[in-house]
Amino acid sequence: MKIKVLYFGMIAEVIGHDFEIIEISNKNSTVNELIKLLQAKFPKLEDMSFKVALNQSIVEENTKIGINDEVAILPPFAGG
Amino acid sequence: MNKEKKIKNVFIEGPITPAKIADSIAHHQVKTNIGAHDIFLGQVRADVIAGKIVKAIEYSAYEDMANKVFDEIRESAFVKYDLTCAHIYHSKGIVKAGELCLFVFTSSKHRTMAFDACRYITEEIKAKAPVFGKELFEDDSHVWKVNH
Repeated sequence: MKIKVLYFGMIAEVIGHDFEIIEISNKNSTVNELIKLLQAKFPKLEDMSFKVALNQSIVEENTKIGINDEVAILPPFAGG
Repeated sequence: MNKEKKIKNVFIEGPITPAKIADSIAHHQVKTNIGAHDIFLGQVRADVIAGKIVKAIEYSAYEDMANKVFDEIRESAFVKYDLTCAHIYHSKGIVKAGELCLFVFTSSKHRTMAFDACRYITEEIKAKAPVFGKELFEDDSHVWKVNH
């Protein structure tokens, strides 16, 4: 299945885009699998700290990704 | 029936002006059950990083999520503290050193609740709001700011 992944801040800078459409396996795909896929594509991510949000809430790496989920890769926060 | 509450947009393009803060204070003078306000203002610092001076911060955010998080923080402050009002404004885009990027405004009957809630909201924003800051130097290079 295809999912839309949003990138922000220093992550978007390293990847070179604000979002991408990424193909992941249909069944039981987790956040962890998506991270592995992204790290293989962008090795710099391995040295970077980030959190993953699914539908605008931070989730754990073992969370399953559904077809209509909005996925976002969030670098460290700097608000305020 | 649509029960979903409309989430307020907290972001202001560019710096938060002192006039905006003065206006906010003026708007509360009709609310005569308030006895105490507290205000936190975040200001962009001209930090020196590796010999270069920060001239501005360019803020960006995962705006939909950030507005949701700001709303949750505000709601949780009302549960924890006896507040009359609470407002949050955050800049997006470029804010120069010396200009304001965050405005937290809490009002209550008495000072303790206003003080405590203002601090609580500010700390929660720093920890939980998906807002990102690019520290820009005079030579147009940059580093990414990280909250500690």
